[in-house]
Amino acid sequence: MQHLEIDNVCASYGKLEVLRDVTLSADKGEVVSLIGPSGSGKSTLLRVLIGLTPLTAGSIHVGGERVDYSNRKNLKKLRGHMAIVFQQYNLFQNMNVLRNVTIAPVKIKKQPRADAENKARELLEKVGMQEKAEAYPDELSGGQQQRVAIARALATNPEILLFDEVTSALDPERVKEVLDTIRSLTDEGITMMIVSHEMAFVREVSTRVAMMDEGRIIEVGPPAQIFEEPQQDRTRDFVSKILSH
Amino acid sequence: MFERLATEAPLFFNIHNLVFIGQAMGRTLGMTLIGCGVGFVFGLLIAVLRQTTGRLLLPLRFVAIAYVEFFRRIPFLVILFIVLFVIEPLMPGTSLFGIATVAVCLLSTAFLSEIIRSGLESVPRAQVEAATILNFNTLQTLTMVVLPQSWRVILPPATAFVVMFIKDTSLASQLGVIELTFAGKILVNRGFSPVLGFGTILVCYFALSYPLSRFAAYLEKRLAAS
Ligand SMILES: Nc1ncnc2c1ncn2[C@@H]1O[C@H](COP(=O)(O)OP(=O)(O)OP(=O)(O)O)[C@@H](O)[C@H]1O
Ligand SMILES: [Mg+2]
Repeated sequence: MQHLEIDNVCASYGKLEVLRDVTLSADKGEVVSLIGPSGSGKSTLLRVLIGLTPLTAGSIHVGGERVDYSNRKNLKKLRGHMAIVFQQYNLFQNMNVLRNVTIAPVKIKKQPRADAENKARELLEKVGMQEKAEAYPDELSGGQQQRVAIARALATNPEILLFDEVTSALDPERVKEVLDTIRSLTDEGITMMIVSHEMAFVREVSTRVAMMDEGRIIEVGPPAQIFEEPQQDRTRDFVSKILSH
Repeated sequence: MFERLATEAPLFFNIHNLVFIGQAMGRTLGMTLIGCGVGFVFGLLIAVLRQTTGRLLLPLRFVAIAYVEFFRRIPFLVILFIVLFVIEPLMPGTSLFGIATVAVCLLSTAFLSEIIRSGLESVPRAQVEAATILNFNTLQTLTMVVLPQSWRVILPPATAFVVMFIKDTSLASQLGVIELTFAGKILVNRGFSPVLGFGTILVCYFALSYPLSRFAAYLEKRLAAS
């Protein structure tokens, strides 16, 4: 049984079909990366997974159980297991770093505040942000905010973690610190789905890579296949173009 | 003229007149603060209601929009008389002050709901999504994420509205509520000079609105800092 199973999922924005029969799965602890040109539907797939964008057809199973996205309880349970980190970090602007990380455990999961804060400080240390626990998001650089966003996502103990181009809004020298943080998570048994344009990183951390184009997954395989002997011309074009950058 | 003022002033500022003016001032302030306070609560409810998307609440949303669009377009004086003619037969004996206060509620609800709505809308959608994926419910998202970030957009126009309304409550004198303007008129009719009578009223209006403006400025500064 796969940890995460996406079967023939379709989604659209109004009349625009954005996902067409997407089928993809991830085993427990696997790191699956999504690559593909802009507008191919990578972000949409992650948004569908966590229930921010509705799917119009197909099914998604987590841990063998089908997710019913129209059922509030089911959705709540899903989000208890799954977390997402966005390109734009989306930290709560009205809360300091520590509060951003503890708010869900304390207010939603009803953990004792002291426990949540201890855990939060551990996580902040892990992402190298323990010194900034009292700072507000607008006092931090993009890379620092992104690392806090990762700590916030980890604070809910997710089994599945989604990353949507988490380094795209960052200066080149900030990219490394965030990628290092993600890399340090890959051997913790968390199933990950990563959308990224950092090909060297994708190649290094992924167990498998899925190439998307026009709402379809056109090729899936281990990084060596995708980057060295792609089966599809479209993949070869995309990879060679992006690597020659 | 100064001579006349000098001789009149001790007569004017007797304890009886001072109490009279004080009570009038209380009515002006009461109508404004109670009216706008209640208006703020209902305005918030309407603004939140209009943010919902569920089909179940569609009829309520429609009523809310109709209410806001209607009451923002009719003059306060007309609302005063409508309220008077609706409440009098239903609840005879309601004080004129009460009737005027209800009218203020009706109007301020409409205006404040629009001010609050634009405040709520100023918070980026991504903030709401971040809360949603952390399993915040609608109320938690509103109170912990959206409202704290919208106060600084809401407060300046909201207080400007309240300060402006302190002046507009003078229209309640048309109904017979003895608020500041009416009190001034009465005093002048008793033979005091208009300069003294209305001059005092003017100072009273200023004394009501200036601290409120200062308080708003202080709040704004504090909220911007955090
Ligand atoms: N909220 C929206 N409303 C309407 N169309 C949208 C919306 N979000 C995305 N789209 C469209 O859906 C398609 C897929 O978008 P998506 O964001 O999933 O692509 P992507 O692969 O993540 O691209 P990028 O690499 O640029 O982030 C695009 O054509 C985009 O214009
Ligand atoms: Mg995207």
